[in-house]
Amino acid sequence: MEVSSEQVFQALYETVYMVSVSLVFATVIGLPLGILLVVTRKGHILENSAIFSALNPVINVLRSVPFIILLVAIIPFTRLVVGTSIGTTAAIVPLVIYTGPYIARLVENSLLEINPGIIEAAEAMGATPLQIIFRFLIPETLGSLILSITTATIGLIGATAMAGAVGGGGIGDLAITYGYQRFSTITIVATVIILVVLVQGIQSLGNVFARKIRRN
Amino acid sequence: MGIGAAVWKEQSPAGSPSEAKEGMIAFQQVSKTFESGGKTVEALKDVTLTVEKGDIFGVIGFSGAGKSTLLRTVNLLERPTAGSVIVDGKDLSKLSVKELRSVKKNIGMIFQQFNLLETKTVFDNVAMPLVLGDTPKKQIRERVDELLSFVGLTDKAGSYPNQLSGGQKQRVGIARALATNPSILLSDEATSALDPQTTESILQLLQRVNKEYNITILMITHEMNVIKEICNRVAVMEHGAVVEQGSVLDVFANPQTEVARNFVKSVVRDDIPPSVHKLLAAKRGKSKIIKIHFIGESTGQPMLSQVAKRFNSDVNVLFGSITELAGVPFGNLIVELAGNEADIARAYHYIQQQNVTVKEIVS
Ligand SMILES: Nc1ncnc2c1ncn2[C@@H]1O[C@H](COP(=O)(O)OP(=O)(O)O)[C@@H](O)[C@H]1O
Ligand SMILES: [Mg+2]
Repeated sequence: MEVSSEQVFQALYETVYMVSVSLVFATVIGLPLGILLVVTRKGHILENSAIFSALNPVINVLRSVPFIILLVAIIPFTRLVVGTSIGTTAAIVPLVIYTGPYIARLVENSLLEINPGIIEAAEAMGATPLQIIFRFLIPETLGSLILSITTATIGLIGATAMAGAVGGGGIGDLAITYGYQRFSTITIVATVIILVVLVQGIQSLGNVFARKIRRN
Repeated sequence: MGIGAAVWKEQSPAGSPSEAKEGMIAFQQVSKTFESGGKTVEALKDVTLTVEKGDIFGVIGFSGAGKSTLLRTVNLLERPTAGSVIVDGKDLSKLSVKELRSVKKNIGMIFQQFNLLETKTVFDNVAMPLVLGDTPKKQIRERVDELLSFVGLTDKAGSYPNQLSGGQKQRVGIARALATNPSILLSDEATSALDPQTTESILQLLQRVNKEYNITILMITHEMNVIKEICNRVAVMEHGAVVEQGSVLDVFANPQTEVARNFVKSVVRDDIPPSVHKLLAAKRGKSKIIKIHFIGESTGQPMLSQVAKRFNSDVNVLFGSITELAGVPFGNLIVELAGNEADIARAYHYIQQQNVTVKEIVS
C-alpha cells in the first residue's frame, strides 16, 4: 500500500509544526538558562554558586535521559499541561523538555567563547550586568548562538520522528508506519529525501546567517 | 619594602607642604591576595603611591609583579583586600554600586589586546560607552566624530576591527576610552602587542591625550622604553610591592634597586661592551680612561671640546650611550684623555667640576 502525496504533506506539516513550536518554547526556556549558567559561574559578572550548582546538575540529568524514555516518563505531566497525552500537540511537551536543556548547554558553550577582555572592557565602562549581557555577551557571540539554535533544530527534527510513538505524527511517523511496518520502499526513500532536504536547508540557512553576523 | 622606603622621593610641589595637592589617584597601603585552588597569591603588598593630576605615571615591573592588579583596583575591576584607593578625592571602597558606575565613567581604560567588539563598526565601538549612558543620538554622533578625527581614523568609521591594523585598533581603543570625557586614562600594556614604530605613534597619541585633554594617565608596562618616552613619574614593582618611585629622571639617573637598575640598563647601557674592553686593554697605561655620566645641559660634547681646547689634550670618545628623558639629554660616555700627565690631571679636575658624574675606569 502506497502513501498519497496528501499524507506526505500532512506529515510534513506536522513535523514543521512540532519542530517550530517546540523550538520557540525550548529557546524561551533554554536561552535564559544558558545565560544563567554562564553569568553565575565563578568569577563571572553575577557570580552565584547557589544558582549555578543547582542548575548545572538538573540540566545534566535531563540531558542524559534518552528522548524515547522521557516521552513516556512524563506522560502524566504532559496530560497536566495540554490535557491529553496523545497527538501532535501532546508531543510538543516532551520535545520542549528534551530540547530546552540541550539549548541551555549549547548557549552556555557559545557564550563562553567570548573574549574575557570584552567583558573587562564593558565593566571598565561601568556597564550594568544586563547591559553586559545584551550589549556585549549576546551580540559578540550571536554567530555562534545561531549555529547552536541550528544544531538544536536539527536535533528536534530527529526527536520528532520518535514522537510518532505518542501519535505525534510527522515525517518520521510516516516512515515507520508505511515504510517499515508496511514495507513501502518508496515511502522510506521519500521520507529520507524530505528529511535530508529539511536538515540541509536548515543547516545552510544557519551557516549563512552566522557567517553574516560573524563578518568573515 | 625596606630598601624602597629609603629612596622614595616624595615630590612635593614647590612651596610649603600645606600646598601639597590631593593626588588624582592615591593608593594607600593597598594589598590584594588571591585565593585560588588552595593557594594564596599576594599580588599586591602594601602599595602606597600618589598619582598627581596631569601626570603620565608609569608603573614598570616584570610579568607577574602585580601591575595589572594594581591598575585594576583604580576602577574596582579588582577589590583590594586591604587599604584604600582614593580617586579624585573619593574612597572607592565607600561608594555604592551606582556611585561606582559614575566614577567609572570618569576613568577610561585601554588594553594590550584592544578588547574591541568584533561585531561592531569602529563608530559603534567608540559610541558604546555613550550608548550605555543613554546619551542622545545627535550628541553621540558629534562626540564620536570628534574623537575619530582626534585619533586620525575618520575614514575608518564604518570599518570593522578585523579590517584594522594593531595600531589602528589601539587608536579606536583610545577613542572609546575618551568617549565619556574622563579625567583619568588607565593603560594596561597598551603598546606591548605593537611593533616599535606603531608603539612610538601610539605613545605620541597618549601624550596628546595628556596635554590636549588634560587627562591624567596611569600606565603599566614591562618596557622601560615606554616609560622613557612619555612618563614624567615612575614606580618600579617587584613581587607585588613598589620598590622604588620618583621622577623618571631621578630613577634613571640614580636607580636604587637591582630591578630598577636592570630596567634602566635596558634603555641606557652603562656597561662597557667587549669591543671597548679590548680597546681599553690596548691603551692601558698610556692614557686616562674615564666614564662620564651626564644629565641635562651639561652634555658631553661642548664640555669635551672645551677640555680639548683648554688643556692641550686629546679627547677620544670610545663609547657612548645617550638618550633623552622628558626632553633632557641623558647618558654615559667613555672617554680617553691623552697627552702629558699634568695636562690630563688638570683636564680631569676640570671635568669633575662640571655638572656631571665622572669616574676613572681601571680596567
Ligand atoms: N584573578 C586571579 N586569581 C588568582 N591569581 C591572580 C589573579 N590575577 C592575578 N593573579 C596573580 O597575581 C600576580 C600578579 O598578577 P598581575 O597583576 O597580572 O601581574 P602583571 O600585570 O605585573 O604581570 C600573579 O602571580 C598572578 O598569577
Ligand atoms: Mg599585566
